[in-house]
Amino acid sequence: MFDFSIVTSWIHELLTSVMPAGLAVFIECVVIGVCLMLAYAVIAIIMIFMERKVCAAFQCRLGPVRVGPWGTLQLFADVFKMLIKEIITIRHADKFLYNLAPYIVVLSSILAFACIPVNKGMEILDFNVGVFFLMAASSIGIVGVLLAGWSSNNKYSLIGAMRSGAQMISYELSVGLSILTIVVLTDTMQFSEIVERQADGWFIFKGHVPAVIAFIIYLIAGNAEVNRGPFDLPEAESELTAGYHTEYSGMHFGLFYVAEFVNLFIVSAIAATIFLGGWMPLHIPGLDGFNQVMDYIPGFVWFFAKALFVVWLLMWIKWTFPRLRIDQILTLEWKYLVPIGLVNLLLMVMCVVFGWHF
Amino acid sequence: MGITLELIVFLILAVFIVASSILAVTTKRILRAATYLLFVLFGTAGIYFQLNYSFLGAVQLLIYAGGITVLYVFSILLTSSQGDRAEKLKNSKMFAGLLTALAGLVICLFLTLKNTFLPSHFEHGELPVSAIGMSMMSGEKYGYILPFEVISVLLLACIIGGILIARKR
Repeated sequence: MFDFSIVTSWIHELLTSVMPAGLAVFIECVVIGVCLMLAYAVIAIIMIFMERKVCAAFQCRLGPVRVGPWGTLQLFADVFKMLIKEIITIRHADKFLYNLAPYIVVLSSILAFACIPVNKGMEILDFNVGVFFLMAASSIGIVGVLLAGWSSNNKYSLIGAMRSGAQMISYELSVGLSILTIVVLTDTMQFSEIVERQADGWFIFKGHVPAVIAFIIYLIAGNAEVNRGPFDLPEAESELTAGYHTEYSGMHFGLFYVAEFVNLFIVSAIAATIFLGGWMPLHIPGLDGFNQVMDYIPGFVWFFAKALFVVWLLMWIKWTFPRLRIDQILTLEWKYLVPIGLVNLLLMVMCVVFGWHF
Repeated sequence: MGITLELIVFLILAVFIVASSILAVTTKRILRAATYLLFVLFGTAGIYFQLNYSFLGAVQLLIYAGGITVLYVFSILLTSSQGDRAEKLKNSKMFAGLLTALAGLVICLFLTLKNTFLPSHFEHGELPVSAIGMSMMSGEKYGYILPFEVISVLLLACIIGGILIARKR
């Protein structure tokens, strides 16, 4: 496997040889920040293009085809349009909070995005409480959504924000429980370590029954957490115009839109990392030749293939099922997913204690 | 003592925290006060991360920024309307508040300057999660099992109380 930390440590040594360590660290932080933002934007563009194409495929259409080859330049035209649109200010609204809200949402999304391990040695934030930090970072976004709904001075926005807040807070619980199930199996919360432990089989195979249940719960709850799929009530167009971002225009709306799509990617990437092995190739214990062939495929290819597969699953769900009512959403979470998640956690603890896993 | 990167980061965080705290108590709009409080909590989490105590930093973000502030914002959303402004403070209240703040400042300064700090034996690297978990669940010396359990009973009581108030009769 190619270890990316060779490159980063080489750059670090090069910088420290010509300047003091503090300045070198500062420059590295700035460069990494810029790269992170760039990756964020590129992933958002890929996600939006994929959403359009997958949606079209499920509805027996072609999707964007006219601008550029297979419609690939359509997205850049859209981004350009978004950038040059006027940013409207609302009368009688709290301007400070109105302008702040999209940035809080994007901040939380970028913090969560920085936790994802893409390749061996290619993690940006790799705390030993990584899983915990990821959940903390993604919970900040709720504040942004609530502030956006309130400061728009519009009752549809407010109702959308309240629904969104209630839904995101509730489903965070299920996401946490299903991730905790895997943490019990791995006894670590560090993302790089979680991936390393899957060298002899991904957790969805090693943890068998409880891991599969946790994976399904995670997919449902993660889908609800990012306000998509059958759970897109907060922005139900037909009832609430556009939910909490009704009053936003131009790039402020663009930030919400981008954050939503990258959050979809983050949820999928986390699912790929903790259940499907992240950048770890498919290894089958005993078949050494097969394992070696798999090792020739670079880690980031594995990572993106798995993450995009989960994204595709979530899009499939989104474009297949009708939207739920708000009370149905909350019932599903509190009466079904949370109890199942708790029992599943207990089952996983029993599996680990009695050594029933592989 | 030269100017290091750590010192600059600390100073930026400190200025950020102080400015946000002052804004949080002087603003007239309650939701803005909650937002400035969120900034203060972010800054505190930043200091924890700078001290390499990522567990406490993550807890700060999850419990305070993601939990308590959301709760505040939710209750403000449910109870107040867009145009609400805080009433102007009476002079006596203003005076009492200033006096309390001054007293707090004096006590803090007195303790900080008077206390002889132990030489810091700072360990680089993060605290292992298992050590935190063990001390949280141990009943021996420096164990936190009692507060841990008491807090869980308190939270259970809160949940039951909330259900009792909110249920339909």
